[in-house]
Parts: sequence; C-alpha cells; structure tokens
Amino acid sequence: MSPSPQGTTLVVKGARIEGADATDLVIEGGVIAEVGTGLSRAGATVIDADGLIALPGLVDLHTHLREPGYEASETVLTGSRAAAAGGYAAVFAMPNTSPVADTAGVVEQELALGEAAGYVHVQPIGAVTVGQKGERLAELGAMASSRARVRVFSDDGFCVFDPLIMRRALEYVKAFDGVIAQHAQDPRLTEGAQMNEGAVSAELGLAGWPAVAEESIIARDVLLAEHVGSRLHVCHLSTAGSVDIVRWAKKRGIDVTAEVTPHHLLLTEESARGYDARYKVNPPLRRDEDVQAVREGLADGTIDIVATDHAPHPAEAKSCEWQAAANGMVGLESALRVVHQAMVDTGLLEWTDVARVMSRTPARIGRLDGYGTPLTAGQPAHVALYDPSESGAFSVDHLHGRSVNSPYLGRELPGRVVWTIHRGAITVHDGAPVEVPA
Amino acid sequence: MRHLLDTKTLSREDALRILDVAEDMADTQQREVKKLPTLRGKTVVNLFFEDSTRTRISFEAAAKRLSADVINFSAKGSSVSKGESLQDTAQTLQAMGADAVVVRHGASGAPRTLATSGWISAGVVNAGDGTHEHPTQALLDAYTIRKRTFGDDSRGRDLEGLRVTIVGDILHSRVARSNVWLLHTLGAEVTLVAPPTLIPQDVSAWPVSVEYDLDAAVAAEPDALMMLRIQLERMNAAYFPTEREYSRRWGLDPRRLKALGPDSIVMHPGPMNRGLEISAEAADSTRSTVLEQVTNGVSVRMAVLYLLLAGERPEQDREDVR
Repeated sequence: MSPSPQGTTLVVKGARIEGADATDLVIEGGVIAEVGTGLSRAGATVIDADGLIALPGLVDLHTHLREPGYEASETVLTGSRAAAAGGYAAVFAMPNTSPVADTAGVVEQELALGEAAGYVHVQPIGAVTVGQKGERLAELGAMASSRARVRVFSDDGFCVFDPLIMRRALEYVKAFDGVIAQHAQDPRLTEGAQMNEGAVSAELGLAGWPAVAEESIIARDVLLAEHVGSRLHVCHLSTAGSVDIVRWAKKRGIDVTAEVTPHHLLLTEESARGYDARYKVNPPLRRDEDVQAVREGLADGTIDIVATDHAPHPAEAKSCEWQAAANGMVGLESALRVVHQAMVDTGLLEWTDVARVMSRTPARIGRLDGYGTPLTAGQPAHVALYDPSESGAFSVDHLHGRSVNSPYLGRELPGRVVWTIHRGAITVHDGAPVEVPA
Repeated sequence: MRHLLDTKTLSREDALRILDVAEDMADTQQREVKKLPTLRGKTVVNLFFEDSTRTRISFEAAAKRLSADVINFSAKGSSVSKGESLQDTAQTLQAMGADAVVVRHGASGAPRTLATSGWISAGVVNAGDGTHEHPTQALLDAYTIRKRTFGDDSRGRDLEGLRVTIVGDILHSRVARSNVWLLHTLGAEVTLVAPPTLIPQDVSAWPVSVEYDLDAAVAAEPDALMMLRIQLERMNAAYFPTEREYSRRWGLDPRRLKALGPDSIVMHPGPMNRGLEISAEAADSTRSTVLEQVTNGVSVRMAVLYLLLAGERPEQDREDVR
C-alpha cells in the first residue's frame, strides 16, 4: 500500500513537542523509534528543530481536491502538495467531484490518486445521496467496505435537506460506525444568497444568507441524531447561534461534533465591502460577534476541530462580478498560521490544544487509524515542525496548489511550517514541498 | 472626480458641485443651440448589461450635448453566467480608447469591480448596479427637489430640514439606497414606507425612519413623496399577497393624493405602473415631477460627465489597482 521506502533514518533535534520543552526524536522505518534528549543515529539525516514546535501531522476533515472532473482548479497531486505545505499528513476529500464520489469505484480511484501523489494520506468522503441530489441514499455500505474504508459521508456544497433522508442516513451509517457531515443550509432561505444577511448586505445590495438558515438545520439535525442515537458532524459552523445550539446539544448528551474553518475564525463580512470575490465563501463570512463566538466555542470544546474547507477555483471564477463568482477559498497552506493568530496569540488555545483540534480529534471523528497519534515512541511518524517566531506577509509563494484564491494574500500572518514528515519521509523541506515524496 | 460609483461615499461638497454644475448645464439647454464643445474628442461608452432605454438615452443625450463621441455597447446576455466576461469586455473598451464608461449591470458592485480591477483606465459612472446604487438617479432627484423648493435661488443650497418619504420596494431598489445616502448627506430627513418584507432585514445603520403605514406617512405632510416602481414578479416570492392588496395599502391613490399637504411634491423614477403604486391622478397632477425628473436627468448627467472628463483629475484620486 505504501509508496514510501521508509528506509531513511531521521533525527529531529530540539523540537518542542506540542509546545513542551525541547527534545529529540528518532524516526526509523516510518515510525517514531525513540523520544528523548541527546539522541543520535549514525548516517541519519539530522533536522535542526531548535525553537520549532512539533505537532502530530495535521488532519483536515474538509478538503476539496477537485479531481476527477475539475482539474483546472486542483488535482489530487497539487492539492495534497498544498496540504503537506500546510503541515498536513492526511486530508479528507469531499465528494463533489465529477463524477460525484458516490460509488465504491470513485472513492477507490480517489484513494489511489492520493497514494500515487504520496504527499499525504487522501481519505475519500462519500456522498450521502446519489449525485448529491438529496433524493436517494448512495451505496454507503459499498463505499464503507471498499478499499477506501469510507467512514465520513457528506453532500457538502448541498444540504441533506429532506428530513426523512437525513434521518435514514444517520441511522444507516451506524452499521459501520460512520458519520454524516452535514452542510447546514436551508436551501429555501438562501435562494440567490451572496453574503451574510445583515447591515452590510443591506447596504451593498447583495442578497442575504441569514444565520437562521444554518441554525435551523443544525437544530433539526441534532434532534434527529438524538432520536435515532446516531453520530452527527456539523461542517463549517459559522454563527454564534450555531455555537449555542451545539453547546446545548452536547450538554444534552447528543453525539455531535462540529468544525469551524480558519477563515470564520479570522475574517468578517466587512471584507465584502470592496466586492472582491476572494472573500465570497459558503457559509459566508459573518459578523465580528460571530467570529468571537466561534473562537470561544473552539476554546471551550463546543467546536471540536478546525477544518479548512480548502476550495480551489481558477482565476476567472473569482476575477469577475461578486454575484457571478464561485464560493470558496484555498486554505490548506495558511490554516495553521491563521489558527496561530486567531487562537494561540489571543491566549485561547495552547499548542497542545492546536494538536487536538487540527490532528487528534479530526482523525478520531473520521475514524482514520494511524493518524492524529501522539509523538511518542512506537507511533507512526507524521510530524509538522512549525516555527512560531517567524511572521510575514502571506503571498502566492506560500501557495503550492493549482489555484491562488486565498483571502490572506498580502496579509501579515505569524509562523511558518518548516518541515512536514509523513510516514517517516520528508514531504516539506525547509518550507518547500519536495519534488517527489519518498 | 475620478469615478461616480455610489452616493454612500459622495461628500456634501462633491454632491453640491455636481448639482450646481447641473444648474449651469440646464441654463445652456434653454439656448437655441444646445450643444457645447466641451468634451469634443472624448469617447463615452454606454455599457449596458441590462436593458434600460430611459437611462441609456439620458446619458446619450448628455454626452452628445457636450460633443463627446458616444458608443452604445449593449452587452445583455454576455454578463453574469455565460459568454464574455466583464474583464474581457472592459479590456476591449480600454483597447478602443474609452475615456468614460457608463455602466448598467445586474450584479451589485460590478461598477466598482470595473473601476478597481485595473482592467481599464477610463472613469466609471455607475448607471445602476443590481440592488446596490443608482447615483445619478438620486442626484437628479435631489436636483428636482431643490429646484422645486428654491427655484432660481437653488445654487449652493443643500436640502437641510426637508422631509422626503420613499415608498415601495426598498429591499430591491438601487434608487432607494442612493437616495437614502445622498438626501442624508444633503441634510434632508428620510422616511421609508414599505411592507416589512420589502425593507432589508437590518437597516439599523441607515439614517432613516421606517414606517409601514402610508396613510400616517402622508398625514405627516412630507415635502416630497417618492413612489418606487413595484416589480410584479415579487408577488411570486411571497413579498406581498396580491397586486390589489399592495395597491390598496401602499399605492398613491386619489384619496391619499388629496390628503397630501398642498406643497408636497410627488416623484417617481419611472417607468410607472399606473394604477398600481401610483394612480393616474397622482402621476398627472401639477405636483408630480415625473417629467421634470427626466429633463433634469440630462442636466445632471451632463454635469457628471463634465466633472469626470473635463475637470481636474488629481493623482491621489486614482483608485488602487487591485
């Protein structure tokens, strides 16, 4: 299965594991062989990690890789290279490709493309309904039993709106410990919607995407999950009201997890004022109160994870009228730096919490064995080495996928991913993805 | 003035300058020979992604009376979803040497995108963008109110203390938005009257008061009552139940016209739905300014084109290229 020879031995010197005191790691045969001080191995490649934070290789539960079908925006190769550049060891690929990943054949193809690329583990997400049309369940069991071992199912981009289909999906995936990841958006309340509905949309004359269109679906879904005793995951939660609903549901013992994107942790609807379509995204950027609420929700554990919703688009899909532009922004390369700014620099999270919300918990929600594991002896060697002391303007030089629709271009962000190690092999070398991963 | 994209960011000084230059332009239109040589050799492109014969011919008349060359570019159907992109259209006009582009577009913000993208160096005049703004309409409305109120004594005056009530589909109206900002900048008090479904969900940042009852608004005797065109397709989206009910509650019928104060004027940006938002009696009464608005529209657009193309263009006015 693995394309990595895993023959090289690495000695990482002086890394601060999840922000703790400096220590050394020896990596051999794709696993962490030893952790301690003063370690060395004859003939090993030595990585000077003095001052760098070592995090377990990051895991993104929400990525769009666009292949098959939309290779002008991204491919599995370019998207997984972007992921490695951001410190990721695994990404979950959303099924809104062409064809839609709603059969065992397509998810196995996706898996194979990821293996061939070799930068990260590409874990396919299966569509909940055939063609993501919301009408009939896709063959969820076949995808679960395929070589891709699909455990997360989502119609992302579309909401599973029919309450009966949603109920059945929640129930059905219990058979293989699956989870439904819902894109919570009432389609009727968001017809033609362009940005958050409120004072700014009123002024700009852009059709509003009201918070209630997200919150009402989350409220319905947590109650459905409670009723049938199933596991629910809420994608890219974006409003203060949504945080309150998930907090209430967890208190009630409902098996729900939730994610927030880096951009919803940092940016507000004010960005729409210049009609620069790089800031057009679904769900839309919200008010400052919402940004504060999702930060607090992530800090207190109501929101379990950060997921990028990395959504590449070609230049012409963004360099146009706001209304004509596509939704979405790339985010893999910037995610850790944005979380650093929004959560760590604000004192809301420690580095060990960052490891939890960007690696451990996403792997657990997605039932992805062998990822999100601690940096201790005997564990798989997926490591991100991050320099928290650097900072600089984010630029196209930091982007390694096929598309450049980042909202952060020109913005000051702290930190830099210096090295990424996946299965014991270096995928990012001094800030740059290697040409061909070992 | 580099561009005219909205009235939200138009200063009181600039607005009064446009209105005062429009007075001068109106004076020239009383002469036997209406044409001025001012913009000879300049090219004005009317770039219309949406049909609007009225606005287009008003801009065309304004440009021609200033001796500019006018190119009408009807790009309907090549906009938002298919065909040539805004970028390609803009770059084509740039290659042809347009000095000013008057743009009407169905997408809010398209004129700003045009002005700030770096695709084009021409000055951009927003002739109506989606449900955002229609600044020259608001300027001609302000001009009309000022002229009716102060007559020959209009120059240099703002609208301090005047009360203007705007009635109808505020939510989808670029005319309403532009009027709210401009009238406020000029010192007028603005009241919006509409069914609650046709007011934006959050207008707390707007310098207006909101009223649902047209009778109460009429009884308050505003200086100007501006009726907006209602789009009949709004009924299908449940904004109001029927045409008849809308007309009964929010139409300017003969009874309400009679109740209106003796000095109140009745305005409408046109085209009117007679019998729906405005009765024939109101439209044709002496207090109606509908045709004056059309006449004044040419003068105001002459002023805007003049200030854009013949006025000084300080370097710091240039928009940053995105």
